[in-house]
Amino acid sequence: MHGTKILEEADRLMTVCNSCRYCEGLCAVFPAMEMRRAFSDGDLNYLANLCHACGACYTDCQFSPPHEYNVNVPQTLAIARAESYAAYAWPRAFSGVFARNGFAIALIAALSVAAFIFGFAAFNDHAVLYGVHTGPGAFYALMPHNAMAALFGAAFLYAILALVMGVRAFWRDIGEPVGNKADAGSLFQAMRDAGELRYLDGGGVGCFNEDDKPTDRRKIFHHLTFYGFAFCFAATSVATLYHYLLAREAPYAWWDLPVVLGTLGGLGLLIGPIGLLSEKFKRDPVLADAKRMGMDVAFIAMLFLTALTGIALLLLRDTSAMGPLLALHLGVVFALFITMPYGKFVHGIYRYVALVRYARERRMMLHGAAE
Amino acid sequence: MVDLGQKFDVLVIGGGNAALCAAISARRSGASVLVLEGAPKFYRGGNTRHTRNMRCAHDAATDILTGPYTEQEFWDDLLRLTGGQTDEELAKHMIRESKDILGWVVEQGVRWQPSLGGTLSLGRTNSFFLGGGRAMLNALYLTAEQIGVEIAYDAEVTDLKIQDGMFLSATLKRPIGGATEIRASALVAAAGGFEANIEWLKQYWGDAADNFLIRGTPYNRGSILKLLLDKGVQEVGDPTQCHAVAIDARAPKFDGGIITRHDSVVFGIVVNKHAERFYDEGEDIWPKRYAIWGRLVAAQPDQIAYIIFDSSVLTSFMPTLFPPIAAGSIAELAGKFELDAAALEKTVADFNAAVRPGTFDHTILDDCRTEGLTPPKTHWARRIETPPYYAYPVRPGITFTYLGTRVNREARMLMKDGKPSANMFAAGEIMAGNVLGKGYAAGIGMTIGSVFGRIAGREAAQNARN
Repeated sequence: MHGTKILEEADRLMTVCNSCRYCEGLCAVFPAMEMRRAFSDGDLNYLANLCHACGACYTDCQFSPPHEYNVNVPQTLAIARAESYAAYAWPRAFSGVFARNGFAIALIAALSVAAFIFGFAAFNDHAVLYGVHTGPGAFYALMPHNAMAALFGAAFLYAILALVMGVRAFWRDIGEPVGNKADAGSLFQAMRDAGELRYLDGGGVGCFNEDDKPTDRRKIFHHLTFYGFAFCFAATSVATLYHYLLAREAPYAWWDLPVVLGTLGGLGLLIGPIGLLSEKFKRDPVLADAKRMGMDVAFIAMLFLTALTGIALLLLRDTSAMGPLLALHLGVVFALFITMPYGKFVHGIYRYVALVRYARERRMMLHGAAE
Repeated sequence: MVDLGQKFDVLVIGGGNAALCAAISARRSGASVLVLEGAPKFYRGGNTRHTRNMRCAHDAATDILTGPYTEQEFWDDLLRLTGGQTDEELAKHMIRESKDILGWVVEQGVRWQPSLGGTLSLGRTNSFFLGGGRAMLNALYLTAEQIGVEIAYDAEVTDLKIQDGMFLSATLKRPIGGATEIRASALVAAAGGFEANIEWLKQYWGDAADNFLIRGTPYNRGSILKLLLDKGVQEVGDPTQCHAVAIDARAPKFDGGIITRHDSVVFGIVVNKHAERFYDEGEDIWPKRYAIWGRLVAAQPDQIAYIIFDSSVLTSFMPTLFPPIAAGSIAELAGKFELDAAALEKTVADFNAAVRPGTFDHTILDDCRTEGLTPPKTHWARRIETPPYYAYPVRPGITFTYLGTRVNREARMLMKDGKPSANMFAAGEIMAGNVLGKGYAAGIGMTIGSVFGRIAGREAAQNARN
C-alpha cells in the first residue's frame, strides 16, 4: 500500500512495465525499474524524478489508452513528481505553497516588487529615484550595496538551506537498495546527463509533445533557459568578485564580463522560456499534469521576467527609468530566490539527485556483475 | 487525403510491419501507393504492435548482436522447429534476404537496441526494436507518410474483385472521401491471419476455441485471407497450426500482449485440471520451447493448465503482470483452483520423489532431472517443497495462424491451378504458412513480414509499371 493514490497508480504501471520492458532503451526510468521487483514510495518518487517527460514511452506503448491496461507513464510520473516536491518540502509547513503554486508565486512576486518600489520611494527622495545616475556605484545611490548584499545573501542562503533539507529527505527516502552513499563518479556522470539533457530525447529521435512526431524543440528551449540562467548566475557571481576583490563597482561597461555574461544569459532566458511556454500550451493534455500548469507557468514566467527586467535595466540604465527598473528587477529576483524551494525550480535539483542515484545504481550493478 | 477515386499503382491491404515495408518499398520503387488499414489509428499494425524483435541472419557480431548467426544456422533452426514442414527454396531465399533487412529497416527509421532485460538468450540471434514493436511501427508510418504513401484508417475491405487471377478493385465497408471502390494496378495483401475470428477457429478446433485467448487485437479476422482463398488463390498450411504460447488465464480475451506470458514453466511443474502432469517441463532451453506450450495446453481438457512452483524460485524469472496465487500448502493451493487436493498432492509428491540430485543452472541443459517418472522432467528438476507454494493458471494464447496464400519467390500469389497471379502479392502472416508449416522461433514472424513485405512492394511496383 502506498501513501497516495498517484503512487498506487505508479506502482500498478511499474508492475505492467516491468513485465514488458520494451521501453528500457528509451531512458533511465525503465532500467532503474528493472533493478526492482517491488516498489516503495521512495522508489516511485525516485522513478518519477528520473523521468524527463519526453513522452516516448507513451507514444511507443501498445497499452496506452484507449487500451484497457491504460498505461500512461509520463502523466502518472508527472503528477507523482509534483506531489513529491510538496512531500519533501522544508519546512513541512510550507509544502502547501505547492497546492496553488501559480497563485502563490504570483502573489509573492507582486509583493516583493511592491516592497522594493515602496522601499526605494521611502528611502530616496524623488530626485534620486527618478534621477539619472551613471558610472560606478550608480545603483547604490538607490540602495546601499551592503543592504542589497545582505538582503539577497540572506534570501539566497535561506533558499539553499530549504533546498538542502528537501533533498536530504528525498535522498534518504530513495536510499534502498544501494544505500545513502554517493561517489564522485556518480556525481560527475549525473552532471553530464543533466547538462546535456540526455534523457530528454525519446531514446534518440527527440521528444513527443503535441503529436506522435518526435522533435528536439523542448530540449533546445530548455538548454537556452538553463544555460541562460547559468550565465546570469555567473554574471552575478563575477560581479560580486569584482566588487569585493577588485573594488570595482557596478554598473559595468557593456564589454565587461558581468555584462557580457548577463546579456547572453538574459537572451537565453528571454527566448528559452517563451519557447518552453509555447511547447507547454501545445502539449497533448494526455501527457501533462493539468493541475500543475500554474506551477510550471509561474516558474517560466519568473525566469522570463528576471531576464526581461534585467535587459531593460541594461538598456535604460542611463536614463531616469533606472530607479524604478532597478526596483522592479530586484523585486523579481528576490521573489525568484525566496520561492525557489517552493516551486518548479526544485525539479532540476530533484532530477539531478535522481540521476546521481541512477549513476550510482548502474555503477554498483556493473561492479556486482564484474565480481 | 488524396482522391481515393484515382487508380493507384499499388494497393496495400493491412497495416502492420509487412504492409508498411511493402508500401515503403513500392513507393521507393516509384509507385503511387495506398494503404488500407482496417483498424482505427491507435490499433494500427496488427500483431506488430506487440512484437519486440526480428530474427535475421548475420555473419558477424554487431553493436546490438552478440555474435554471428549464419544462414546455415538459421536454416537448421527453421528445419528443426518446423519438422521439415517448410518450403525450402522460399525459406532459404527469406533467410538470405534477412541479412540485408537488418540495415534496410534502419534506413526506414527503425532503431535497434541490444536484447531486452530478461531475454539474454536471444542476444545473438535476434535484433530488438528500441521502444518495442509500436515504436517500430510508428517509425515505419512516419517514413511512409514522409515519402508520400497514402494511408487510410478504419478502412475495412469487404470484397475484392478478382478476374482470372487478376486483381481489379477492393470494396470498402464505409466510403472514405466519397470512394467505396478502390482500383489499383497491383495488390499487396498483408492483412494477417484469422486468429481473432473465433468462429473460423471453431471450424477446426471445435468448442475448444472458446477457451483460447487472442494475444493481438480483435481486428485480425482474416477477412482478406478468406476472400482470396474463396476467389481462386491457392492455400498453404494446416489450418490448425499457429503460433500459440501459454499465457495467463486471467488475461483479457484480446490484445493482452506480451505481458501476459509466463517464463516460469522450467522452474516448476505444469498440471492440467485433473492435477496431472502432461509434458516434460525441462525439455529444452526455455525460448526454444516457449512456443510449444500453447498447443500443449490447448490439447488439455478445458484448455487450462497450472504452473506450480515454490517460494525458492519466486524471483528466478521476470516479474509478471498477474501475481501468482499463493498458498501455505499444496492442498490449499489446489483448493484455490478447484483442483482435486489429493491428486495434486500425489502429483507433487511423486515428482519430488523422482527428482535426482544435480547442479542447477537454468542457462544450460543441466543435470537436474527426474528418474522413473512419466512424463519425465529432464532438466532443471528440483523438489517443490518450500512453502508458500505458488501457481499461475494458463490458457492457450494464440498469436497468429499459419493458414495462408501460397506465394513464390517474388511474393506473388499462386492460383489454385498453380499459375502465378497477374498482379497479386502477399506478405507477412497471411503467407507465413509457406515458410512455417508448424512451430515457432522468436522473431521469425517479423522476418517474414519485413523480407516478404519489401519484396512484395518492389515486385508490385514493377508489376504496375509493366
